[in-house]
Order: sequence, then C-alpha cells, then structure tokens
Amino acid sequence: SGIDFEIIIIDDGSPDGTQEVARQLEKIYGSDKILLRPRAKKLGLGTAYIHGMKYATGDFIVIMDADLSHHPKFIPEFIRKQKEGNFDIVSGTRYKGNGGVYGWDLKRKLISRGANFLTQVLLRPGASDLTGSFRLYRKEVLQKLMEKCVSKGYVFQMEMIVRARQLGFTVGEVPISFVDRVYGESKLGGNEIVSFLKGLLTLFATT
Amino acid sequence: MTKLAQWLCGLALLGSAWAALALAPPGLQPPGPLRQALLPLPVYLLVAFGCYSLATVGYRLATFNDCEEAAAELQE
Repeated sequence: SGIDFEIIIIDDGSPDGTQEVARQLEKIYGSDKILLRPRAKKLGLGTAYIHGMKYATGDFIVIMDADLSHHPKFIPEFIRKQKEGNFDIVSGTRYKGNGGVYGWDLKRKLISRGANFLTQVLLRPGASDLTGSFRLYRKEVLQKLMEKCVSKGYVFQMEMIVRARQLGFTVGEVPISFVDRVYGESKLGGNEIVSFLKGLLTLFATT
Repeated sequence: MTKLAQWLCGLALLGSAWAALALAPPGLQPPGPLRQALLPLPVYLLVAFGCYSLATVGYRLATFNDCEEAAAELQE
C-alpha cells in the first residue's frame, strides 16, 4: 500500500495463546515490522499506551483492539481523513455515517445511545463517539494527552477527546463498524454504568 | 471555565432574569398574559427538554446501524 508501518503488540499475558501467534507473525514479517512487547501481568490500557509509545518510531499512531472488533481495513480511511483535514486525531465513530455495530441487543444499544446522549449534552465534545477506542493520533499529540489524562476505562477514552479539544487539537471522524468479539460475553453491568457516570460527572466538573 | 461552571453561569443568568420578571413588585410587573406564561416557564422547559431527549435517543436507537456484512466478512 506504500505506507510505511510497524505493528506494536502489547500483551499482558493473555491466556489464549496470543503471544505464541504474535511470535509466529514476527518470524514471518520480521521484527522491524512486528514489535512484540509483552508485559508481565495485566496492567491496564493507559499504561499499555505509554508502554507501546516508547517503541513507536513513526509520526502517527493508530490504537485499536486486537481481537478484530476493530477491522484493519479502516486504517487507510483514517489515514485519508487525516490528510484531508490535517487532523491531529481521527476518531472512529460507530454512531455516524455508515458506522455501526453487530451483535448488540436492544438493551446494549439503548445504554450506548443513552450514555452518548448524556455525554453530548454535558460535555459538548464535538465528536460523536467518545467511548470508542479505534483512533489515529499524531504521535506528539498522543504523548501530550497521555501526560494529562487521569481516568481509566471508558472514561479514559472520553477524557482523551475532551482534553484534546481543550488543548486546541483538531479531531476528524471516520465511520467504523464494531463487531463484537466472536467469543466471550460483554460485561456491561451495573458497575460499569456507575463508574461511567462518575467519570462523566468528573469530566463535567473538571474540564 | 469548566462545563459545570458554564452551566451554573447560564442557569444563574436565566434564573435571575426569570426571577426578576416573575417576582417583581406590583409596580414593575409585565402585563397579564405574559406573566401567566412566565411563571411556569422553567417547568415547561424542563419537560420540553425531557421530551426532546427521549425523542432523540429513541431516534438514534432506531437508526443504530447493524453491520451484517462486516460480521460476515470477519467469519471468512
């Protein structure tokens, strides 16, 4: 495709053999293209970003889930969009254009739309999908944001966009499809909702 | 200014404007019909916002795309 890239894989000791597969990929594609940087134990998403960035040598960083819920076919779209508007961040959105989801029941969709609506009203963020984690960042922008963000989980993703707007960075959007992981249950329970609300109110009061 | 601060300022502004007009002493009150509409205005606005919220979330829920082809693609 003519685009220079490297893939940094961060695995916190997944029990499903991820590291084995990654090592095989490394053998096939070479360790300049596939950088396997595992960690001893499950340390969380934010630190995974920081850990990964240390090894990144490019100008832009695409963050995505590795379980195919984020399809790599969108990456050229992200790149195209970034060039189009010289954006600092390009965010994948499930809510606009022909973005969407698969495998979500009505309840999950309702919670998603409801939470997003509340977020839009309270934070007026200028982006339609704040809890998504399929994004392209300019490297320096990601570094700056990591320094400033303090929350965890869903709220961390939201905080990244909110702080980006605060700091005057530009955000473009690309519709993406989010296909739920083929195996395993989603854990959108009461606890998650409560911590989301707490995080939202914190952002509301502090940004 | 934080979003919270913006909201508080906005509410304070609107609130004081409403209070000034609605609770003014007899000499300075606006004419009859206007006053009658003014007093329950905050509640009306709240209800209107509630309806708007329900309608918006409902609409967005109904138009939430399901990407069948994307899932099929992945199964291959």
